[in-house]
Amino acid sequence: MTDQTQNPPAIATGAQSTVKASRGGMLGLTANDFRLFLIVLVITFLAPFILNPFPEGSALAQFNAGYPDLMQRFVIFGIFAIGFNILFGLTGYLSFGHAAFLGVGSYGAIWMMKLLTLNVIPAIIMAIIVAGIFALMVGYVSLRRSGIYFSILTLAFAQMSYALAYSVLTPITGGETGLQIKNTDRPLLSNIQDGEIGRANLFGLEMRSSFELELGAWLFTFNAGYYIAAVVMLLAFYMSIRLFRSPFGMMLRAVKSNQQRMNYTGLNSKPYTLAAFVISGMYAGLAGGLMVAMDTQVGPERMFWTASGEVVLMAILGGAGTLIGPVLGAGFIKYMENIISKINSTILHEWFFWLPDGLENFVVALIYPFIGKGWHLTLGIMFMAVVIFLPGGLVEGGQRIAGWIKNRRGSGDGPDKDPEHHPKQAPHVGE
Amino acid sequence: MDGFILQILNGLDKGSAYALIALGLTLIFGTLGVVNFAHGALFMIGAFCAVTLNRLLTLSYVTEDPSRTDFLGNPAKVETPYVVDWFGESVGLAMIDWVVPLAILFSIPIMVAVGLIMERGLIKHFYKRPHADQILVTFGLAIVLQEIIKYYYGANPIPTPAPEAFVGTFDFGAMLGFEPFTILYPYWRLVYFVFAVILIGAVFAFLQFTTFGMVVRAGMADRETVGLLGINIDRRFTLMFALAAVVAGLAGVMYTPIISPNYHMGMDFLVLSFVVVVVGGMGSLPGAVAAGFLLGILESFASMPVAISIIPGINQIIIYLVAIVILLTRPRGLMGRKGVMEE
Repeated sequence: MTDQTQNPPAIATGAQSTVKASRGGMLGLTANDFRLFLIVLVITFLAPFILNPFPEGSALAQFNAGYPDLMQRFVIFGIFAIGFNILFGLTGYLSFGHAAFLGVGSYGAIWMMKLLTLNVIPAIIMAIIVAGIFALMVGYVSLRRSGIYFSILTLAFAQMSYALAYSVLTPITGGETGLQIKNTDRPLLSNIQDGEIGRANLFGLEMRSSFELELGAWLFTFNAGYYIAAVVMLLAFYMSIRLFRSPFGMMLRAVKSNQQRMNYTGLNSKPYTLAAFVISGMYAGLAGGLMVAMDTQVGPERMFWTASGEVVLMAILGGAGTLIGPVLGAGFIKYMENIISKINSTILHEWFFWLPDGLENFVVALIYPFIGKGWHLTLGIMFMAVVIFLPGGLVEGGQRIAGWIKNRRGSGDGPDKDPEHHPKQAPHVGE
Repeated sequence: MDGFILQILNGLDKGSAYALIALGLTLIFGTLGVVNFAHGALFMIGAFCAVTLNRLLTLSYVTEDPSRTDFLGNPAKVETPYVVDWFGESVGLAMIDWVVPLAILFSIPIMVAVGLIMERGLIKHFYKRPHADQILVTFGLAIVLQEIIKYYYGANPIPTPAPEAFVGTFDFGAMLGFEPFTILYPYWRLVYFVFAVILIGAVFAFLQFTTFGMVVRAGMADRETVGLLGINIDRRFTLMFALAAVVAGLAGVMYTPIISPNYHMGMDFLVLSFVVVVVGGMGSLPGAVAAGFLLGILESFASMPVAISIIPGINQIIIYLVAIVILLTRPRGLMGRKGVMEE
């Protein structure tokens, strides 16, 4: 598997595969990584089909996730989680304030769109730069401490940004109402008629424009914004693979496994961790910029600590320290959030109509707390279950199932390749 | 001068809550070595114990009073709480009035049970796991507890009044010889502060003067040696977890007249309490208490109009600002011990 980057023995495998990098793969990736990248690429591009497996109007259509708004959120939060994983998965520093960078990036992007041009590219670049600078400042201070102290410091910075954006910085941030593109905005480079509200675009291609394809009972939506965000996500994902496999990535893993030993060998780990922190912050800024590009609005709640907590959940649920895990986690959580919260008791009654009446009511009452508004409860329980039973997240779960199937087929490779053998994991936090 | 005293007083009640939660957090961290992100949820459960007791006591049956009519001309409906029937008019109504103090008695067994179940059922399995895992699993638990409360009690705050005798304010300034009506202070906040001081004193006395407390302190210093002496230290630490849960729960019960309980009050306090613990120094009980009061009072000073006019928004960020400065200048916090969380 490509994703066994959690433990020291796997690092050794990673090192060997770097040597073999020229063989098999393309774009400077090993064969395995390239295959993973291709799979992700194909899935992202075919997402409008894959996420819409049920025909319109059927009872199962509510499980369809192939509408533009949700698909955009999949890839944008995927980027956010990939960035968070570069910091947490590689160095083990648990940041509890990552949403601040996303928020700061969003504000940078929306100002670019309000003042300069409605083209999304300058806005996104601005978001990355602003978030990067902010991350540099926060990281420079926070990285002087490690472990829980680092978590609290990042949390403190994020909460400060939130409080300031909410109150004092209202002239810049719009306070509680946030910022939107209004019909009074006159960006320098875009010519807009009086009273018209500008729309975010990429050289004239509007983000919200979609192409709809009807195939029989199925309706597929191909949204411009989604595909732009998806291309950016693929680029971000590619860069994260390269970073994971680079000597720099090895350095970051060394920080996670034993920072003290690294320091004793004469290496100063600070520049490496700071660089990882800034890169991670820039990923968050990129996600924030894309969010603005899609819905052209920002509010301070984007920086609240629960938003930071959410990205932690995504990374852990998917599998921290693995390549694909954070993307999986982000998609999983966003899917659940949208789909589970849409189910209501009427739908439950429809599902269980075949049960005897008393039993039907009982089953519905049993499930009811976990759906609709209660989806956070489901999320909390799933999250706890993952932390308790599957510290490697969904990716580890997938590996275990794959290994189990392999064993069942009887391709016994001897004790060395026993997929059930998991060496003791390195602690997540460098302390 | 009077403004100065007023701000100190205003900071005391919030500071008391911070101190109580931070005390429990530090107790858990010092004994079990677990970073408990679900501690705010315990505070919230305590507050909802008061809400529950309030609902139980005001359970009523409806009778019709033919001597009076409502605006439609129907006989007026009179709700009589069951407790009034059982204990008589005066005692029953007094019980409903004094629901918050009564909830202290009501909440203690509940908090002990919650604490024991939490420790034995979940946290026990996380002693050997990294701190990050402990943070994450208790964070998940906090979400679950908060959502359960939200499911049963709704998302809106539920007002729970203080006893009639403590409603309103009194003129604290006149007692100290200042101009009358310059320092007005609500009775209940004073009650809360006194209660917090007594509770903190009780916890310290328990640790300092009882054999049980002595063993626990020895265990905090060197768990292994105490275990080798044939003492079941794990059992005692479990009880300390229950004690910490009770402290957080009582802090929540008594806070209900100040803030109407809602399902996210625990998380709101937890984030700040963690900052308090870190400022006080991980593992230091006096540090947690001192930092709790200090930050509560600082926050109150920062919300003075003078302070806001000098640095706008300072009231929102002061706690975090202080935390950052202290962590960078005194890495172990105000009273942190060497070797805690530094391995």
